[in-house]
Amino acid sequence: MATHASTTHDVASSAQSRNLQLALAGLLGIFIIGFVGFSQLQAMHNAGHDYRHSMAFPCH
Amino acid sequence: MSIFRNVVFAAALAGLCAGIVMTVLQTAFTVPLILQAETFEAAGSGHSHEAHGEAAGGAEDAAAAHSHDEDAWAPADGFERAAYTALANIVTGIGFALLLLVASEFAGGLANWRQGLFWGLAGFAAFTLAPGLGLPPELPAMPAADLLSRQVWWIATVALTAAGLALIAFRASPLMALIGVALIVAPHVVGAPQPVSHETPVPADLHHRFVVAVTLTNLVFWLVLGTMAGLVRTRFAARLGAPRAGLA
Repeated sequence: MATHASTTHDVASSAQSRNLQLALAGLLGIFIIGFVGFSQLQAMHNAGHDYRHSMAFPCH
Repeated sequence: MSIFRNVVFAAALAGLCAGIVMTVLQTAFTVPLILQAETFEAAGSGHSHEAHGEAAGGAEDAAAAHSHDEDAWAPADGFERAAYTALANIVTGIGFALLLLVASEFAGGLANWRQGLFWGLAGFAAFTLAPGLGLPPELPAMPAADLLSRQVWWIATVALTAAGLALIAFRASPLMALIGVALIVAPHVVGAPQPVSHETPVPADLHHRFVVAVTLTNLVFWLVLGTMAGLVRTRFAARLGAPRAGLA
């Protein structure tokens, strides 16, 4: 019984860790797209100008 | 953190490939139209016949004039400008690949390249097609509504479309499918913020060609991204866990 309980606990915590890591990776993706696609820094804006028009990001 | 590392590595590979493909497509199909439109932007105030006359050859000069703040740094036209476009494509390709991979992992994981292709189609629908209905791709020198309200509408439309597609694809219930459709339709019922006037010196024909070019280049981008994500994912299947039953 005791081994069984500890196994379920391990499975639960590894699933939790997996979800947390996936969520972190997703946040990183959102941060990257937000920074390149929506940043209003003038230099960033000019550097990514053709890209943003070509991706139809709401730009200027 | 092995799952995080694996997802980021897989996304980097898929994003790199899709970003390079996208750069080639943009150079061929969208950037020439942007340069052509910039000649109208530069000619905007003057509206002289000379300005129209040099439209074909003067794209480079006009591009240089396209800066909102004269002091701000901008890449030099030609190689430097193209290099920054390529960099933006690859970096955001990795960002989009992260979102695609994370979403598909939560849904069970991509089992093969074909599932990736379908996820790519969904990404195209959510990130290009849906927001493009209300806010068609714009060329320089075209009027637009307030930037912040357009960005809010764009982000909301992407999120609602993705959520709606997920409900339709992964909830085997008619009610959930109906709610999914409602989520996809909702932002278009509200309507995208529109400029006060649509008057622009950019010819309608040029804009139409640009909308078609942007939509199709983005379609190819997403299909390459999804397919590559599916291919790379199968290489890391052992680390990420075997894919569970999914779509396709």
